[in-house]
This record gives sequence, C-alpha cells and structure tokens, in this order.
Amino acid sequence: MSPPSKPSFDTAYNFAYLDEQTKRMIRRAILKAVATPGYQVPFASREMPMPYGWGTGGIQVTASVIGPDDVLKVIDQGSDDTTNAVSIRKFFVRTTGVETTEQTETATLIQTRHRIPETPLREGQILIYQVPIPEPLRFLEPRELETRRMHALEDYGLMHVKLYEDISRFGHIATTYAYPVRVDGRYVTDPSPTPKFDNPKMDNMPALQLFGAGREKRIYAIPPYTEVKSLDFDDHPFELPEWDTTCALCGADDTFLDEVILDDAGERMFVCSDTDYCARRRAPEAAE
Amino acid sequence: MNMQSKPLLIVRNLSCYYGSTRGCEDISLDLRTGEVLGIVGESGSGKTTLLKAISAQLEPDSGTVHYRDRRNDSIDIYEISEPERRFLMRTDWGFVHQNPRDGLRMSVSAGANVGERLMAVGWRHYGDIRDEAIGWLERVEVDGDRIDNLPRTFSGGMQQRLQIARNLVSRPRLTFMDEPTGGLDVSVQARLLDLIRNLVGDLGLAAIVVTHDLAVARLLAHRLVVMKDGRIVETGLTDQVLDDPQHPYTQLLVSSILQT
Repeated sequence: MSPPSKPSFDTAYNFAYLDEQTKRMIRRAILKAVATPGYQVPFASREMPMPYGWGTGGIQVTASVIGPDDVLKVIDQGSDDTTNAVSIRKFFVRTTGVETTEQTETATLIQTRHRIPETPLREGQILIYQVPIPEPLRFLEPRELETRRMHALEDYGLMHVKLYEDISRFGHIATTYAYPVRVDGRYVTDPSPTPKFDNPKMDNMPALQLFGAGREKRIYAIPPYTEVKSLDFDDHPFELPEWDTTCALCGADDTFLDEVILDDAGERMFVCSDTDYCARRRAPEAAE
Repeated sequence: MNMQSKPLLIVRNLSCYYGSTRGCEDISLDLRTGEVLGIVGESGSGKTTLLKAISAQLEPDSGTVHYRDRRNDSIDIYEISEPERRFLMRTDWGFVHQNPRDGLRMSVSAGANVGERLMAVGWRHYGDIRDEAIGWLERVEVDGDRIDNLPRTFSGGMQQRLQIARNLVSRPRLTFMDEPTGGLDVSVQARLLDLIRNLVGDLGLAAIVVTHDLAVARLLAHRLVVMKDGRIVETGLTDQVLDDPQHPYTQLLVSSILQT
C-alpha cells in the first residue's frame, strides 16, 4: 500500500478523527449489534468535538465505517442544507476528504437525523441514525437494570400500556415519532425520533441500518432484509399520517411534508421534508 | 374448599437473615385452594419478610417454597427460571401492597393499570382490554367512568381497590396482601374488608394476609399464624387462636385489644 502523495484531508487528525483502536472497538460493537438485530450494545462512547445532542453517536458510527472511497450524504430532518447536516458534512470532509453528495442513490453512507430518504435505498448502502434515547421503555420504566431484564425476557407488555394510554386519551395511537417497532420478532426497538411515516421503510430494507446514541453509549442495528414491525392493537392498527395537501413545490402526494410558516398572519405552506427528492422532481436535469 | 386435595403452597423450614439479624426462622406452613391464612404479630416480628420470601421477592437463606401450578405440577419457586417465575407472578399470583403507590403505575390511567397484566400475557385488542377493565373497576366498586383518570386523582380507598382490581384481572389463584387496609380510615377499612372477603369467596382465591390488626385477621382469615421474633409461636383456626390463645405472647396480643 503506497501512501497517497498528498492526503486530501487534514492530517493533524487520524483518518475520520477517531484513532484506530477506538474505531475497532466501535466496529466490534457494530458487529455484535448486526448479529443481534434491535439489541442495544453498550460501547465506550468518546468525547467528540461537538456537544451531545448534535449527533455524536451517529458520527462515531460513521467514523468507524467510513473509508476513503465512500460517498457521504448527511441529512437533518430530510434536508441536506440545515446547520446540523452542513457541519457534520464539513467535519467528515475535513477529517477524511471523502466525496459528498446530496443524491440518495449516489451515496454509500447516509447519516441522518430523523428521516429516511424518500428514494428507496439499495443493497450496499448504510443508513446511520443519530439517536438521543435508545431505550423504548425509558419513559415507562426508568430503571435501566429493569429495562434490560425486560428486553432479556421479552417482557414487553408495558410497551402496549403506552399505546393503550394514547388511545384512551386521544382516541387513536397518538405517537407520531419514535414509534416502537419489533425487530426480527425479538427486540422492541426505538427507531430514533424518526417519524412513524418512515417505519414501513425500515421493514425489509435492502440497506444496512445502524443506530448510534453517543450520550447513552449504545449502538444497535437492523441488518438488510430484516422484518421490522410497528406495534399496534388488533382494533387500532398502525396507520400512516396523511396530509390533506400535496407538496407546494413539487406536488408530490406520497412524501413526508414539513409545515413552513410564511408570515405573521398565519400563511403557511407544506413542502417535502426530503429536499433532494423534492428538488429533483422539480428539475430532473438541473440537479445533475 | 377441598381439603382432600394437595396443598396449593407448601413452605418448609424457611429462614431469612439480614446479616446476623434474624428476619424469619424455620417457618413451615401449608395453604390450600380457597383458604385465607392470616399472619399476625407486632412490628418487626418478621411478617413482611416471610411474605416476601414466600412470594418469590426475597430469596431465603434456607428452606423451600413449593407451589402447585395450574397443571397440578409442584414447582419450587426458587428453582424455576426467571421468565417462568415472572409469568407466574403476574398470572397465577397477585400482590397487594400496603401503600397502593407501590403496586400501581401512577403515571398511567386506571384502565391501563388494570389492563397491564392482560397486555403482558398477549391481549392485543383495545376494546376487549377496556371492557375487561371496566368490568373489574365496577367489581371493586370504582365507577367505570373513572377508567381514564390517573390513580392520583383517586382517594386512598379507591387506589387500594384499583390495586386489587389490577391484581385480580388475571384471575390469580393465590394473592398476597401486606396490610391491605393499613392507612385507611375505619369506615373505608370496613368496606374494603367486606369487598376482599366477597371477592375471595366468589373467586375461590387462596390468600395470605399479613396484618397487625386482629380485627382484620378475624374478618378475613380462616387460619392464623402468630409470629414473634421471626418464629411462629402459635397456629390454628382463627376463632380458636383469638378466643382461646395458648401461647403467652398470643394471650398478650389478644388482651391488648380494647374490648367493646
């Protein structure tokens, strides 16, 4: 292996910021997570040069799996150009020199905060989620020791207590994000604060899905083509949210829409949350 | 009550120590289907320790607890696996705490509290769970309209009744009660005792009731165990123990009640 004559990244840091031993440690946790779909693997999360809550878990996972040939896409709530996405993309450009893209199908690694791209993912891609609270049972059972035991014993009746409460208060399951799923018929898992609109996309996805929670020090995974089932009741089945309007920019009627407030008079519009998808629907040629 | 059948619960030579302090020592007792056993004694006599050890919440230092399950197999409750024990504890058994806050989930509604056991054993039909919960609330004399209220909006007596409903919804065969009427005023106590007595009779429930209140013991229990310093000093039919106490300590206990 001949060293490149002039590295394309800031050599003051190791490739992808983390040192090689740390990356190995995280990769071992990832392997274990892939082998036990949906199970939260503890790992020795590192301090990153940004605060918790900015995606330190996802960044560590990305840093551990990224290689010089990867093409990286970073999104924040579906958007490629918001602060979180821009700063994480710049971080990896500086520490790895990899190529970046906004196109879902071109990317090999996609780090996301909350959304799954509208364009279906394919085999070979890796989707990395930034997770604030990995434990789906946390707000029902605050004791970590007890929740771990509940996972170990598949003791998941409590999860339905939460859904029951939703129906009794609101008449329907009002959980719209972080909607609990059962992975591969075994572990109940929190799909990060992803809107429940995206839950069906997780089911049997050809791409590998990795979840990193930096502050909580947990990694979990959904391997390709794994069954992901949203929990529900027989008489209150899982339902997708619906909008009574279409995207004001591209006219799509099958995407997740963001509400944008336009002025102080209450004017608003609904637009696709996936900016890449929306932009290319409007101008297929101009985008590339 | 079928006295010919094998006992539901067999406790043999049970001892628990907290370091060098004796919790309870060398306790043996039997409980049959439909029978209510009272455990009485003063504070610190080991009643609650014994109840915890029998109900799989505190592993004893020596001795055994055997339970006859629904398939009529005798199982050692400390030998079975943890999933089996958990399943047993929330289907076949009930546990009523003295303080309802220990037994209830305070952050979810009354209906969810009652329905939790049903959901834990796989009920997945909201309407059915709700109907069952309303039925049980009314059975313990809580208005069905209160199903969506949080337990903290309930009075102390209602909370206790809610806790009982939450336990009985899985139709247990054995219930443990730790001072079920403690902390309630006298008129509420009387109604609650009446309710427990009727439920136990209707459902053919076996129960172990820990209490320091001999009046509670006389109303609920068929048989009594009197404890002092971690040991059983006297056992027998309730009326026999209370009307003709043999052991000096029991005599003291009975004579210390104000006679009306």
